[in-house]
Amino acid sequence: MGEMEQLRKEAESLKDQISAARKAVHDVTLPEIVSGTAVVGRVQLKTRKTLRGHLAKIYAMHWGTDSKLCVSASQDGKLIVWDSYTTNKVHAIPLKSSWVMTCAYAPSGNMVACGGLDNMCSIYNLKGKDGNVKVMRELAAHTGYLSCCRFLNDSEIITSSGDCTCALWDIETGTQKTIFSGHMGDCMSLAVSHDFNMFISGACDYTAKLWDIREGACRQTFGGHESDINAIGFFPNGNAVLTGSDDGTCKMYDLRADQELITYQDPSIMCGVTSLAPSLSGRLILAGYDDFNCNIWDSLKAERVGVLAGHDNRVSCIGVTPDGMAACTGSWDSFLKIWN
Amino acid sequence: MAQTNSCGQNSNGVVDESPNMLVYRKMEDLIARMQDEKNGIPIRTVKSFLSKIPSVFSGSDIVQWMIRNLSIEDQVEALHLGTLMAAHGYFFPISDHVLMLKDDGTFYRFQTPYFWPSNCWEPENTDYAVYLCKRTMQNKARLELADYEAESLARLQRTFARKWEFIFMQAEAQAKVDKKRDKIERKILDSQERAFWDVHRPVPGCVNTTEVDIKKSSRMKNPHRTRKSVYGLQNDICSNSPTVSLAPEVRQPTREELLDQIKFWQKQLDRHRMKMSKVAESLIGYTEQYLEYDPFLTSPELSNPWISDDTPMWEMAVSKEPVQQRVRRWGFGINEVLKDQVGQDQFLKFLESEFSSENLRFWLAVQELKKRPIREVPTRVEEIWQEFLANGAPSPINVDSKSYDKTTQNLKDPGRYAFEDAQEHIYKLMKSDSYSRFIRSSAYQELLQAKKKLLPFFCLLLDFLIHVNQETFRIAEPHSRNSLTACVLPFLCCSYDTPICMSQHFNIYTLDMHCS
Repeated sequence: MGEMEQLRKEAESLKDQISAARKAVHDVTLPEIVSGTAVVGRVQLKTRKTLRGHLAKIYAMHWGTDSKLCVSASQDGKLIVWDSYTTNKVHAIPLKSSWVMTCAYAPSGNMVACGGLDNMCSIYNLKGKDGNVKVMRELAAHTGYLSCCRFLNDSEIITSSGDCTCALWDIETGTQKTIFSGHMGDCMSLAVSHDFNMFISGACDYTAKLWDIREGACRQTFGGHESDINAIGFFPNGNAVLTGSDDGTCKMYDLRADQELITYQDPSIMCGVTSLAPSLSGRLILAGYDDFNCNIWDSLKAERVGVLAGHDNRVSCIGVTPDGMAACTGSWDSFLKIWN
Repeated sequence: MAQTNSCGQNSNGVVDESPNMLVYRKMEDLIARMQDEKNGIPIRTVKSFLSKIPSVFSGSDIVQWMIRNLSIEDQVEALHLGTLMAAHGYFFPISDHVLMLKDDGTFYRFQTPYFWPSNCWEPENTDYAVYLCKRTMQNKARLELADYEAESLARLQRTFARKWEFIFMQAEAQAKVDKKRDKIERKILDSQERAFWDVHRPVPGCVNTTEVDIKKSSRMKNPHRTRKSVYGLQNDICSNSPTVSLAPEVRQPTREELLDQIKFWQKQLDRHRMKMSKVAESLIGYTEQYLEYDPFLTSPELSNPWISDDTPMWEMAVSKEPVQQRVRRWGFGINEVLKDQVGQDQFLKFLESEFSSENLRFWLAVQELKKRPIREVPTRVEEIWQEFLANGAPSPINVDSKSYDKTTQNLKDPGRYAFEDAQEHIYKLMKSDSYSRFIRSSAYQELLQAKKKLLPFFCLLLDFLIHVNQETFRIAEPHSRNSLTACVLPFLCCSYDTPICMSQHFNIYTLDMHCS
């Protein structure tokens, strides 16, 4: 038996043992335990605002920490910062490359970032001296497209890329401080924990990984999806991970139990999940799908309790404000809608 | 739950070529059920004025079948799913270019498997040109080009001006073959061909379901699998969706990667795993605790700014007002106090009153350090060390010897995370000691009981009354909105059924009022 064959067998055997260890603590399923919990009832959110201005597909959006400003990125080559409340465009930033796939708002509100097929993460300073928004840094080192980016603070940002790695950058020097490798497929999205010590990534190898930012190491890996994981997020208590996949399902994995808790699926949902966001309490999960709708799931009972229907094309991104007041959906139909 | 191995194959060992194939397969399973002779949708030939309409079923038939056979609740869901399948081209309205499902007598037909999207069609414009050209030769009213098709034809004629003779010949040949077909068969095939083009060259304004997310399309596609020529060689027809592809989506790990994986899994084997029952309980507990703070589930006390167009909600969040609901949240855990600026301030105030604020101040300083630009970091690290950890520091903190040694090491090359170990130790200390004392303190308890936001009207009323009655009642804090005059209080108490909290300050009673 060749060495590769032996190594593969060893890896498989270890994974089987871990499966067994996980089963050992699986003393009850989530549906069993929550059968006594009160039902949430039908959740009806209405469109309160429609943000018009993009001329092509919207690929990404991100809320600022004040729960009013948000940034969106579109294939029309623009990054727009909106005051979602007044629907005014605070900034309209033209991009060098129109193939943008992601955008992010810094927690301080001072900067936004974006990236895409140009393999770079471009940082824009919103609070420049003369009032103009200019490129502050172009972080180039990835050898694949930039699928997602999130600021830790004004000096550090984490990116995920089609080159199967994620990276922590120092914005000032423009260098990669840590590279997180381990995924066997394109990394599609990432989310940072509330204490900024960890982050999770979802990839086209159908797994999600938890990373320790400081150590640069992968702490846990979760599998079970049957196709690319497009969307990922932390449950508000920080102890569980939510994923959305092209297989049409969302899953919740618990970090402490080290396994999947529950799957959110329905046979009448055929299309993949593009994006997801939990509500403030975590009881609701809003997930955007390729079939133009956004479904609202009761996270504990795994039942659909609502639908956000209003877009004429794929829902590509979704975000819930930090104060939990509203949700924003962005679509290939070029509109952003605010719901609550 | 399907187990996936390291290269992402599902348990059948089949590797899907693209995420779309999963969707197509699900839809095709559904189509197979719809076409089932016994339990599917009844397909019939309808007699119309002078001719027959072969092989059709109505929109209502589809909706009814879906509601009966799928876990679909209502007509809206059925129409949504049906429109999705029509937009992908699995069935289509026979007299309309717009691919959507209507719950009425509109006639629909199934698409032939040759044209299914799972065959990975990427038809070229030359084929579209041949098709449109052929249509103009067929001289039948029902086959007349729509406006957008006529425009496309004109554009294609310009683009392929040099090739046009060739395209014309192809179209002629096709038309000839078509003429030889049986009339009924022709009707069906013509409509299916048109539906194919409605998917790949949709009516302007309609969604093109063949558009792929650029993140997915930039991955290497197996060139053998994509079919580009509709009217080319006939011997590559396949009537079943293909299930095996040549190029796996997820690559195999290299030797180094396998060794890393093995090391990783070995470490994972020894990790502690919490019982599912405990985990589930903690999840339920969390969602219940925060239920009242979740605006999607509990209507907020103050109006929703997006509905009412006014913003007391945000003003309150930004203000320093320690409203009861906000104060209560601090009791959920130390993180809630540290997250809220007002909570932080109150916590600090309390600790300062006990002369034990150095822990929190250290923690805050380290948090702030992490956000600093790199050039300021070394100086700041030194400052923090001098203030909190060095010999003879003015605000000495107690760290365990291990963290102390580690920190001393880190100082040789000061970075943002120099104090990480010390900070973690101090955090745990605060959580178990300072924080619990804070929550039990009378300062916190008072905040919890006392201040609820007074309705604006009553604030005005109180201000007025305080002003008027200041002398008579010698109120200790003349500007405090919480002070009330005795004559007003009974009236308000009756109306609002509120508890009164009386505390002795400076030999007079100050009465606090709650509004519910």
